[in-house]
Amino acid sequence: MSEASETIAEGQEPSPLSLPRAELRCQVLPAILSVLLLTVATGASFPLVLAALARPLFPYQSEGSLIAGPDGVIGSALLGQGFSGPGYFHSRPSAAGNGYDATTSGGTNLGPRNPKLRDDVRQHVADYRRQNDLSPKTLVPIDAVTHSGSGLDPHISLANALLQAPRIARIRGLDEERVRQMISEHTQQRQLGFLGEVRVSVLSLNLALDRIAPHPSASSGR
Amino acid sequence: MRWLEYAVFVGLVVGLARPVGLYLACVFEREKTFLDPVLRPVETLLYRLLRVHPEQEMTAPVYLICFLIFTILGMALLFLLLLCQQSLPGGPDSRYLTTPLSADLAINTAVSFSTTTTWQAYGGESTLRYLSQLVGLTAQSFLAGAAGLAIGIAFLRGFAREKAATLGNFWVDLVRGLLWILLPLSLLGGIVLVWQGVPMNLSPYVEARTLEGETQTIAQGLVAALEFIKNLGSNGGGFFNANAAHPYANPTPLTNFLALLAIAVLPAALPITFGQMVGRPRAGWTLLAVMVVLFVAGLIVCDIAERPVPVELADLSVAGGNLEGKEMRFGIGGSVLAAVVTSNGATGSYNSMHDSYQPLGVLVLLVNMLLGEVVFGGLGTGLASLIMIALVGSFMGGLMVGRTPEYLGKTITAAEAKLIALYALITPLVVLPLTSWALVTESGRAGLTTNGGARGFTEILFAYASCMANNGQTMAGLNANSSFYNLTTAVAMLAGRLAPAALAILLAGRIAAQGRKPSTIGTLPCDTATFAVLTLGAALLLGALCFLPALALGPVAEQLQPGTRFD
Repeated sequence: MSEASETIAEGQEPSPLSLPRAELRCQVLPAILSVLLLTVATGASFPLVLAALARPLFPYQSEGSLIAGPDGVIGSALLGQGFSGPGYFHSRPSAAGNGYDATTSGGTNLGPRNPKLRDDVRQHVADYRRQNDLSPKTLVPIDAVTHSGSGLDPHISLANALLQAPRIARIRGLDEERVRQMISEHTQQRQLGFLGEVRVSVLSLNLALDRIAPHPSASSGR
Repeated sequence: MRWLEYAVFVGLVVGLARPVGLYLACVFEREKTFLDPVLRPVETLLYRLLRVHPEQEMTAPVYLICFLIFTILGMALLFLLLLCQQSLPGGPDSRYLTTPLSADLAINTAVSFSTTTTWQAYGGESTLRYLSQLVGLTAQSFLAGAAGLAIGIAFLRGFAREKAATLGNFWVDLVRGLLWILLPLSLLGGIVLVWQGVPMNLSPYVEARTLEGETQTIAQGLVAALEFIKNLGSNGGGFFNANAAHPYANPTPLTNFLALLAIAVLPAALPITFGQMVGRPRAGWTLLAVMVVLFVAGLIVCDIAERPVPVELADLSVAGGNLEGKEMRFGIGGSVLAAVVTSNGATGSYNSMHDSYQPLGVLVLLVNMLLGEVVFGGLGTGLASLIMIALVGSFMGGLMVGRTPEYLGKTITAAEAKLIALYALITPLVVLPLTSWALVTESGRAGLTTNGGARGFTEILFAYASCMANNGQTMAGLNANSSFYNLTTAVAMLAGRLAPAALAILLAGRIAAQGRKPSTIGTLPCDTATFAVLTLGAALLLGALCFLPALALGPVAEQLQPGTRFD
């Protein structure tokens, strides 16, 4: 690579007439060919090459990080699910379709001044306090009562999980200490030590709960 | 921790500017690079197949027309593909595609992707077949990105060359940009993305049975092929409706960070490329410094806006900041950083819902776009825009000291000044009338389905500003999939892409033909702090004069409504 003054090489060219000129009428064919050929190259060949390299290296991720259950796929490790039963940790509210619909991702797009947002959050706060038996003085974590951007957020904050722990312990018949320990096993720290936030993966936590302390059958969904 | 993330980001962008900038200079000046053994044979083959004569050079008008034809043909191809998408082979099953692809939506999407705007008035997973996303959107993301880069490089050559009649060869610049820069980086980036969890398959949508017995249908796709070039080429159009908020498109804080680097690194390196090509490295660093100052200022203000819990919710005893429309894994920091980087980088790949941001936060994003995408900016076009503003600054500075304005030895005469003035005028001439038209008509107001009042006004202004700036971000509360918005935003996108490119190339042609005046004691130096301040001032002045009234009616009015407190 040349440095500094060499670059005026372009300007030191001999008189401009000595450079062969591209005629306009000769550019139509290259235009048509380039659009067609480069579309195929970037829209077909490139994805094929990428797939040929990435799929053998990372088969689980390539297929969507799907989690297999006894009768088929139960979800993706990367995507959130809705949980309403009292024996499960609850995810964040979701505005994707009717909630956690992975064919129509999105948020509420409600502005902070919109009264609908205020009413919505107020309702969620009331529900959260009631379900988790919280005193009016306890601060509710904001992630528990607001919608995520995608509607498919798989995580909740650590504070949110810890506030739900007593309810889970009670319903599943577990020690609260044990539940807190499970939470920390499914807590992801900041990547590289500083990127992102500390977060708990709800689906993997609930899966672990089902393995260790099977759900009492008197609850919703089944 | 947020501050560490911000600082490392800025540090990396500035630190990588020189190595990447010098590499870019090598590629476009056709000097040796380490990828030559692999790429040169491919390059030669491509020129033969495309009937391109790489040794031929083009004058400014020819270069421009090649760019225009290329853009329009790409647009037409994408439009046809989208219209016929029902007859394409492959998934997903049409029962999942609940949004019909009407003719005006197809026009809008075709215009949008061929101008790097990638304004998406649709949700990918409920509208498009896999082949459309691939051969349509992914391909255009590469091609339009490379075309923008070529325009930028040709513009830089105007200053680098003296008494030259030509600005390079558009096809050569296009092919080199693709082969040496966009394709290799997208390949590496794509592999990292898949490692972190981005899907890369053509499977049917998965019907999962959740733990509580509900059915969750999970959309799939060759997502990693689109997601890196989306950012690298300053496009921003993502695979899914929620764009980079979707955990499949952006699964971890690391993918988020890398995505943002992909947006900023190349445009931040171009000032250094510029300095290298004109033989005045300090001039390049001065331009980069202006970009960094504006970037950090916006970042700080947006962070201040989003950090506290919204005032309206304060009486509910909640804690943790404004997380409505944001994802847990990014938090406030990762979301604000993304918002500021994307609004500056002419790349609309948001990872949080901007319509749920505080008015002050939205103001930052809007101002970033209205400044003309000069803070890093779009690939190629960003630096061209910033240099245009620097020329305005030179002009003002020159007049103040009674000298003929000049920049890097090139004189700005009346003819050049006219082109620059037109450049400064087109944004308000397009954005403001379109916004007004939307506001006074029924069909325009029909889009305000979520928020009203000052925020509604802001949504509309944001839409046109975004399309004009070829950004593509949206305040998604605005329902923009109507023929009114599809057609008017398409007009804004075309204007925002073609007019600045044309003016820049024509200006570059005139400037290349000039000789370089030696600098004397009376020359206004263009690599000092004073010049940086002059450029900064010019940027803010142009933005404020044109848009202060509109901003006052939108985000400023919303922030100052009764009941507002700071913190």
